[in-house]
Amino acid sequence: MKRLFPALLIVWLLLGAAPLSATSTLESFKFATEAEEQHFKDLLAELRCLVCQNQSLADSDADLAHDLRAEVYEMVQQGQSDAQIIDFLVERYGDFVLYKPPLKPATWLIWFGPFVLLAIAAFLLLRALRRQRQVPAADISGEDRKRLDKLLGTPRVAGKDDDA
Amino acid sequence: MIPELGNFSLILGLTLGLVLAVFPMIGSLNNTPAWVALARPTAWGQFFFVALSFACLVNAFLVDDFSVLYVSQNGNTQLPTIYKVSAVWGAHEGSLLLWALILSGWTVAVSLFARDLPAVVLARVLSVMGMISIGFLSFLLFTSNPFDRRFPVPLEGGDLNPLLQDFGLAVHPPMLYMGYVGLSVAFSFAIAALIGGKLDAAWARWSRPWTTVAWVFLTIGISLGSWWAYYELGWGGWWFWDPVENASFMPWLAGTALIHSLAVTEKRGAFKRWTVLLSLLAFSLSLLGTFLVRSGVLTSVHSFAADPARGLFILVFLCLVIGGSLALYAWRAPDVSSGGRFDFVSRETLLLGNNLLLVVITAFILLGTLAPLVYDALGWGKISVGFPWFTTMLIIFAPFMILLMGIGPLARWKHQDSDELLRKLRLPFLVSVGAGLVAAMPVLHEGWSLWIGEAVMLSVWLLATLFIGLRQRLQHRQGPTGIWRDLRLRGSGSYYGMLVAHFGIAVFVVGVTAANLFDVEKDARMSPGQIIEVAGYSFRFDGVEAHQGPNYRADLGTVSVFKGEREVAVLKPEKRTYLVQTKPMTESGIDAGFTRDIYISLGEALGGGDWSLRLYYKPLVRWIWLGGILIAIGGLLAATDKRYRMAIRHRASVLVKGGLAAGGRP
Amino acid sequence: MTRYLRYLVPLGIFAVLAVFLFRGLSLDPKLVPSPLVGKPMPGFSLTRLDDPGSTISDTDIKGKVAVLNIWATWCTSCRAEHETLLQLAETGQVAIYGLNYKDNRAAAQRWLQQLGNPYIVNAFDEDGRVGINWGVYGAPETFVIDRQGIIRDKIIGPLTPENVQQRLLPLIAELKS
Repeated sequence: MKRLFPALLIVWLLLGAAPLSATSTLESFKFATEAEEQHFKDLLAELRCLVCQNQSLADSDADLAHDLRAEVYEMVQQGQSDAQIIDFLVERYGDFVLYKPPLKPATWLIWFGPFVLLAIAAFLLLRALRRQRQVPAADISGEDRKRLDKLLGTPRVAGKDDDA
Repeated sequence: MIPELGNFSLILGLTLGLVLAVFPMIGSLNNTPAWVALARPTAWGQFFFVALSFACLVNAFLVDDFSVLYVSQNGNTQLPTIYKVSAVWGAHEGSLLLWALILSGWTVAVSLFARDLPAVVLARVLSVMGMISIGFLSFLLFTSNPFDRRFPVPLEGGDLNPLLQDFGLAVHPPMLYMGYVGLSVAFSFAIAALIGGKLDAAWARWSRPWTTVAWVFLTIGISLGSWWAYYELGWGGWWFWDPVENASFMPWLAGTALIHSLAVTEKRGAFKRWTVLLSLLAFSLSLLGTFLVRSGVLTSVHSFAADPARGLFILVFLCLVIGGSLALYAWRAPDVSSGGRFDFVSRETLLLGNNLLLVVITAFILLGTLAPLVYDALGWGKISVGFPWFTTMLIIFAPFMILLMGIGPLARWKHQDSDELLRKLRLPFLVSVGAGLVAAMPVLHEGWSLWIGEAVMLSVWLLATLFIGLRQRLQHRQGPTGIWRDLRLRGSGSYYGMLVAHFGIAVFVVGVTAANLFDVEKDARMSPGQIIEVAGYSFRFDGVEAHQGPNYRADLGTVSVFKGEREVAVLKPEKRTYLVQTKPMTESGIDAGFTRDIYISLGEALGGGDWSLRLYYKPLVRWIWLGGILIAIGGLLAATDKRYRMAIRHRASVLVKGGLAAGGRP
Repeated sequence: MTRYLRYLVPLGIFAVLAVFLFRGLSLDPKLVPSPLVGKPMPGFSLTRLDDPGSTISDTDIKGKVAVLNIWATWCTSCRAEHETLLQLAETGQVAIYGLNYKDNRAAAQRWLQQLGNPYIVNAFDEDGRVGINWGVYGAPETFVIDRQGIIRDKIIGPLTPENVQQRLLPLIAELKS
């Protein structure tokens, strides 16, 4: 019997999985302007279909997706703002329903992470470059190089030595 | 009988893998020439048996042997022959066998083309690849055997997922695996170098063409996947930042960083430790991708059937390979001597900057992909990180990459005079900013568009800097023959490769921006004979009729597209229902063009002959994959640089006398 | 020494990653925990499944320890958990209410006649609107509600003797005391 629960859970989850190739069309939703229609589609694209294997409400054909699209449409027609619609869904389904994680202290790691990584990497890079400079290089200065070029006479034309 | 032969061959392949992993490696450490010499024949032997095993599975599909469980799940008597073959890698077990086949194939290739590599080094490289093959072959044999039988034998198979019954998707996995597995060659070279203790320009020269070729395959595989998603899934999208897509993109990014880093190590002997680390990371990301796709820890449209037990096996394998290699790195890397010096303003620094950005981008893609898992594991709640976040981040970071891409090739090695550099960059800067402003203006489109302005600016920046670099090499300029001679003498495979690949990026950027900003999409309910205008084209719905395919039934729609009075195309979008797996499938009707695609998806029957349709106008969308193809061509040009073909023979004698062979004892 | 420690950083990062991946193997990425736990149950007023003329609303449930089971005839896992529900009903430990979700009234009534009825009352949510308010994303789901009408737990997936014993009954006992 212990085996049954996971099996049932899997069956239950699989039943919810949408056929990911069926085209869901939104022709049943009427809008006053094209901009409104586009805005509706953009909003749907940011919302997750909860019963699917990673699809947005815009392209899922699952039953729940149909229902949620209808809800969102109604709210849009009622003049509710994006924030209100998002709040409505998050109240019922949690942050999981949003493909764009909300910006709050819990998600700072996600939103600021890339920049923190960039800063760390830049710091390490500069440190490595500076450390390298500390070892005296057996090389000539820029001034000397210009003199050298002039002495050698040939104007510099790029060639295979410059290749990577 | 034949499936049993396949199974047995696999066992023999694993046995030879064990031999390959152990004896040549120990032989290289103890200087036992007999064991070192075992490497090449063992690699060949392993390839023979794995290939034989693969052939047995192909045979099982072709003869519809449904007593084999895997064939009964993925095959079907009505399946067209080409898809019976591609069904071999259509699901978990078979795709793993493909992985193993390609791995042993690359191992043989290394043994063939690295003929001039010192025997000791070659032995270590092949041994490491043998170790990796042990992981995959044992995974196959112990948890995911494609040759398992079933009784009673069903009369008909479960059929290949209709989505996979497509040429593009049949070729996509082999291309991707060639890339993933190819990165293991760079990995193995790095391990061999760490063990031997000799990491120098020669090592980089060996590694580079192999890495580039693997990277080319990855580029092709990813482009194919994206192109397929576009024409098959019916919603006109081509990238979704799905975890499995990210799992292929991360090794590609790391591979890109690696080929640039290898350039520096080969040319200047600098960045040695970093290049070694990248070599280890690139393949590690490939393996990580394998884990993510098959373990079920992330939700994805692409994932194979999730099985935590299998996931555990892969995770252990991951820990051994990645953990082991990074531990070896921690132990041996400090002893690697530092390489060539370079000034603050130099090509080396710019390439280091390129690497930095690529690695940071890879890191944040990993962050975004794994964040839901991390949050859940820490009890921080359940979140999703999807398309909007990834796209925002990439759009912020990519322009800086492109900026560097323009400057790098114009800078000199070791020392670049800043004034000279700024002088060279002045014209490209002015031209690109100007072009960007023009593009942003509400001339070709409605309203000011900063995005298209930025995209044009960046693309023109790339083109202009490439042009300046090219002009530098033209000394004679005496008409076409003079120019041709200059180009031949003053450039090399790696230069022209860079030229073409960077040009490909420019094409890609323009394609992405245009297709995303200026596409027009209309969902409509249409009656037969009705005409709808979209983006200056008229679409006339000519009705839907029933149609029978080899293993499916379809509703075939006809839509005639006009521009003014002239008929541009007659498109036939379909809604198919395959006979076995009855999920409805769309086949979009697409009129492909260099400057735009017209794309139609059939939706649902709405009664009375009316259907719902999705009509798309997608400008420059093909440039996305054209860019990918150009990047791949660039890579091929670079990999076939003459120096790899000829200089290798020269090198060999130098190496044998001096360097690498001496590293026999750690 | 710090010079050498630097080279251990990649290994260290990987170790942390591996721990998370290992944890991930025992987690279900598709499970959506309910944000309604700890909040008052969403109000609703629907017709009863057995009698389209009468209504049932959240106020009818309030005042006792109850479970609300979301089910439908098209859901095979619901069929599988039905036995467990009947057994739970027989213990008399908790009031079992049902929300028949996006179903056909006649088919649902037949189903209960054939298989037995563990529910005190069933609400008929034909269009699934109430389901959305409760954060339902698939059947079966079971909510545990306390006397004050606060949702205390949501069990996603079918009820089994295991999760009834280990999760449901202890919670109900706690709520009753």
